[in-house]
Amino acid sequence: MNKAGERLYNGIVKENPTLVLMLGMCPTLAVTTSAVNGLGMGLTTMVVLALSNLIISLLRNIIPDRVRIPAFIVIIASFVTVVQLLLEAYIPFLNKALGVYIPLIVVNCIILGRAESYAYSNPAIPSLFDGIGMGLGFTLALTVIGLFRELLGAGEIFGYDILPGNLEPIRIFGQAPGAFFVLAGLVALQNYVKNGRKKAGKPYEKIGSGCSEDCMNCKDSKGCTKRFYDESKPSKAAKKTGAGEPEVLDLDREDK
Amino acid sequence: MSELFKVSSNPHIRSKVATNGLMLAVVIALLPAAGFGIYHFGPRALAVMMVTMGSTVLTEYFYGFYTKKLTVTDLSAVVTGLLLALNLPVSIPLWMAALGGVFAILVVKMLFGGLGQNFMNPALAARCFLLISFPTAMTSFDYDAFTGATPLAALKAGENVNLLDMVVGRTAGTIGETSVIAIVIGACLLLLLGVIDLRIPATYIVTFTIFAGLFGGHGFHPAYLAAQLSGGGLMLGAFFMATDYVTRPITVKGQYIFGIFLGLMTGIFRIFGPGAEGVSYAIILGNLLVPLIEKYTMPVAFGHRKGGKHSEK
Repeated sequence: MNKAGERLYNGIVKENPTLVLMLGMCPTLAVTTSAVNGLGMGLTTMVVLALSNLIISLLRNIIPDRVRIPAFIVIIASFVTVVQLLLEAYIPFLNKALGVYIPLIVVNCIILGRAESYAYSNPAIPSLFDGIGMGLGFTLALTVIGLFRELLGAGEIFGYDILPGNLEPIRIFGQAPGAFFVLAGLVALQNYVKNGRKKAGKPYEKIGSGCSEDCMNCKDSKGCTKRFYDESKPSKAAKKTGAGEPEVLDLDREDK
Repeated sequence: MSELFKVSSNPHIRSKVATNGLMLAVVIALLPAAGFGIYHFGPRALAVMMVTMGSTVLTEYFYGFYTKKLTVTDLSAVVTGLLLALNLPVSIPLWMAALGGVFAILVVKMLFGGLGQNFMNPALAARCFLLISFPTAMTSFDYDAFTGATPLAALKAGENVNLLDMVVGRTAGTIGETSVIAIVIGACLLLLLGVIDLRIPATYIVTFTIFAGLFGGHGFHPAYLAAQLSGGGLMLGAFFMATDYVTRPITVKGQYIFGIFLGLMTGIFRIFGPGAEGVSYAIILGNLLVPLIEKYTMPVAFGHRKGGKHSEK
């Protein structure tokens, strides 16, 4: 199968970071007061995500397991700094609108999550597309949330006033509670569509890398992507314990 | 209603009290306030009530129709709709009133599991939703064809208020909150029928009075305190909203704590806050703390020592 295409589909639809994995809630709720802000935040994050995924994947055999999180942070922070300086120089209004949320991309859990669960144990090109796919999924979700909030809360779409007559916009949608309402509505819609597919017997894919904690029915045949060590190369933990099987997070073990 | 209820051994006493009976009692108790609102503000008040009750009942009906669980006959949607209308200014556009009704039933009540599961009073949540969404429409109080400040706002600005008018209800305000007499008549009815008791309203009002006396800047001046008590939604909130069965604590000790908390919060909002009114925010904030209050005031079962082996679960 086309690995790059599969990664894009995975990021945008199957494991959409906002609507399915529920990652990166802070920027999702904070900056989506308008569609433009959502789009800008999403694209900025996507650039950082794709580049950091690529670099982390390339360096995955060099970074020692023990210090991988600090190493990821250094790589991500470098890209965020670059992106922020570029935004300041060329799109100052967006930089102003997004404010503190641009530096905060460093600690965005989508980026760290993808680095840990995908880029660190996969080759460079799929990792790059994984970053682009996840970034596009994030962008899509943020833009749609921003669109609804702008429409309901200010009566505008991408800054154009479309509200007929003297109807008053529902201002709560421009504020924090409105973000929760719209997000909850979209998540519900997404689940409704998925459950409908499940009932109709159509192919219904489980979440793989955003582990659903259901190891018995996990279709991730190549091994759990939530594991701490890469199993394609003989892991250090496996060598130490002498076990042939790599250490995999086994949630059922406690019961035995 | 699919869950199994844990029942004790027999004999069981079957009470004749049902939800719709209680709700009917509340509706009847609200009639004096509603009637005064219509008399005072004119037929448009009746239109607002019809719109909110229509939207709450229809929302509940359609949600029940869709989920195949018709609960509309328990009359709770009627109570929510009427309470919401009593908390709205008479000049509100009717579509906003209808939107409030839909929000109260759909978002606050049904999505959380219907009556008994709502985490805050639906009517008050809808009022706050509308207050945040449409600040201008929700705070312009027309009365006698001129837009005036509510007595509470006047009081806060340091102007003199006519106490007699406030008690009778000849002032600006939301549809149901102006007349203290009408509200107290309804509350007495509920008290006599045993639908509510005085624990929460009394602790609420007493705490608020003490707070207003201490921090209101006028000392315990009777006229000032009486004006604070009869202005705004305090009476309506204390007797009809704070005593809502679903969103008040079930433990007796918890109800006192709840009342004291509401009194303190209302005092803080009214005296130190930017606006003149704070009853609705105080009550929904209190509603959110109810699970916590209940957790710490749950009585120990007979025979179990406090802090002993069986006191927790």
